[in-house]
Amino acid sequence: MFRDWFNRWVRENPTDIYRPAVIVGVVGGAVVAATMIVVWGQPYATASVQTGPRGTGMSITKFPGGETDPTVEANYTEAPYIPTGGEELAGAAYKNVQVLGDLTVDNFNRVMNAMTFWVAPEQGCAYCHGDGDMETYGSDDLYTKVVARRMIQMTQQLNDDWGGHTNVSGEAGVTCFTCHRGANVPSNVWFRLDPVNEAASGWSAVQNRVTRLSGSTSLPSDALPVLLAGEGAIKVHSLEPRAENAGSPTIQDAERTYALMNYFANSLNVNCNFCHNSRAFNDTGQVTPQWATALMGIDMVKSVNGEHLAPLAEVLPANRLGPVHGDAPKLACATCHKGYQKPLNGAHVIADWPELAAPGAPAYD
Amino acid sequence: MPEYQNIFTQVQVRGLPEMGMDDDGRLSAERTASAGFSKLVGWLGNAQIGPFYLGWTGMIALATGTLALNIIGFNMLAQVGWSIPEFLRQGFWLALEPPSPEYGLRMPPLDDGGWYIISSLFLLISVCCWWLRAWLLAQQHKMGKHIAWAFAAAIWLFLVLGLFRPILMGSWSEGVPYGIFPHLDWTTAFSIRYGNLYYNPFHCLSIVFLYGSVLLFAMHGATILAVSRFGGDRELEQIFDRGTASERAALFWRWTMGFNASMEGIHRWAWWFAVLTPITGGIGILLTGTVVDNWYLWAIEHNFAPEYTGDFGYEAYGAGGN
Repeated sequence: MFRDWFNRWVRENPTDIYRPAVIVGVVGGAVVAATMIVVWGQPYATASVQTGPRGTGMSITKFPGGETDPTVEANYTEAPYIPTGGEELAGAAYKNVQVLGDLTVDNFNRVMNAMTFWVAPEQGCAYCHGDGDMETYGSDDLYTKVVARRMIQMTQQLNDDWGGHTNVSGEAGVTCFTCHRGANVPSNVWFRLDPVNEAASGWSAVQNRVTRLSGSTSLPSDALPVLLAGEGAIKVHSLEPRAENAGSPTIQDAERTYALMNYFANSLNVNCNFCHNSRAFNDTGQVTPQWATALMGIDMVKSVNGEHLAPLAEVLPANRLGPVHGDAPKLACATCHKGYQKPLNGAHVIADWPELAAPGAPAYD
Repeated sequence: MPEYQNIFTQVQVRGLPEMGMDDDGRLSAERTASAGFSKLVGWLGNAQIGPFYLGWTGMIALATGTLALNIIGFNMLAQVGWSIPEFLRQGFWLALEPPSPEYGLRMPPLDDGGWYIISSLFLLISVCCWWLRAWLLAQQHKMGKHIAWAFAAAIWLFLVLGLFRPILMGSWSEGVPYGIFPHLDWTTAFSIRYGNLYYNPFHCLSIVFLYGSVLLFAMHGATILAVSRFGGDRELEQIFDRGTASERAALFWRWTMGFNASMEGIHRWAWWFAVLTPITGGIGILLTGTVVDNWYLWAIEHNFAPEYTGDFGYEAYGAGGN
């Protein structure tokens, strides 16, 4: 391949070309990489917010710009028709209007129209009202209509009674879209799954399996049913340094609480120290302001699950019920938050919908 | 490259297998008969495999250990409905769990911790027999019992976790689950339940000795490898004719930090650091829940958990936190 004089020269002048080649390659590659980072910027830059005293590791680190919920764009909204007085009310104009009867006909139809965009964009009015003509729309034959009425009441309550959670950082509120995002059944609803293991009972039966409720960990899968729909206690710490009532709550209780906390963190894409100082999880004197918001969220979820969602088991058809216990679908943090700290980026979604902001006659500004 | 700069042992000398001594003519009876060589094994250590001493202790240890592992494995398999693919898929998640708390120290039903108790009993017999085997082998070789005592330190921690502490707490449910992820869940939950184990001073000591063991191991290993070019790795020659290897090694450390261990002393350091890791850890576990219920509050009481007086930074945080 090469001329003779070249091969002879190479033979007579043995030189290690690999060592300089490796050194030049490594050093050169590092210089190129460093130059690119300086010139173009760090592609995975993070931003931190301090959440506690300095030097304690209390901070939240996130990728700026990667936090925007794309479904915000798909939200449908429409300004209300401010009543001037004398309009006919929906309760009088239509049959069987139990919840939104105080709305003017125009605003009633505006809300109905929005609900189809939010919940049943493909099926339209027929999803709740059936295929009949307008005369039959008062019928409660379809379960979807009965559920929708209950969900309107729930939405009003979430905005009115639980404003301490739903409007905690500026006015935001919730509408059907907050959970549904255009789907008949919202994502991240949950059913009771335990027992998850065969040939086992007691604590052995409710943990150590990859399930949605365990967040793919081996922690217990019954944290949501017991702690957010049942009467289980979340707190597992002793508030005395010395052992007095040894073993109560148990390690297993602590694992279940850990599973719940893990669910919170995944639902909001945050870490423990978003709410807690992890050196003393139990100490409410060292928590962040978000801890109180989460505490109210727990009460809110328990309340609406018990009052509005659990009773739907009698209304819903079998294919909408839980696979193991036939229970109604229930909500929790992820149903609204969907992996974001603020649902829909904290948008003021209730602004155009005073009809859903509180029960009774809407107050238009 | 110089022949002493290698990750693996380069020179493998092979002759007839070394079958070991048998002073009184009876010792071979409890050893396996055959021996062979493996080049692969030789890269990591001595190339000869076998014969090995089994003895009655080894027989019992292997039998009960196999039983314990099989009980754990078949329970996991039963939990996934005897499906091998599910067993493999969920293997790291599955566990044989201790009984539910309501059974206390009574024998629970088999499917709620009963198998765990049975498996633990076999495991206990297995580990104790294996310990006895280490003792008897040392006796046969007229060695000190350092290995058996070091193993006993690990068994102390094992017994604290699975026997002593559950009895003191009055419930077998305090035991550690037999599973990959589940035992880690237990560890986390244990720390959280008892108010942060990092404030447990015996946990602190155990970490000191654990990390200290790592440091000592690195120092010792590096030192000996560094003088292997002078024969520092050849223990026999070093004993009879020291040469200059161990002197260089000693002088290196004397000139580095003014103090050096001796050829014997370095192993004493390593032994104590290793042994004290589970001993102190076991004390810390034993006190948790039995004496101290919340280590953070205990640390406040003893003035070694600092109080935060600095700015909490809530102004920026409260404004949205993102």
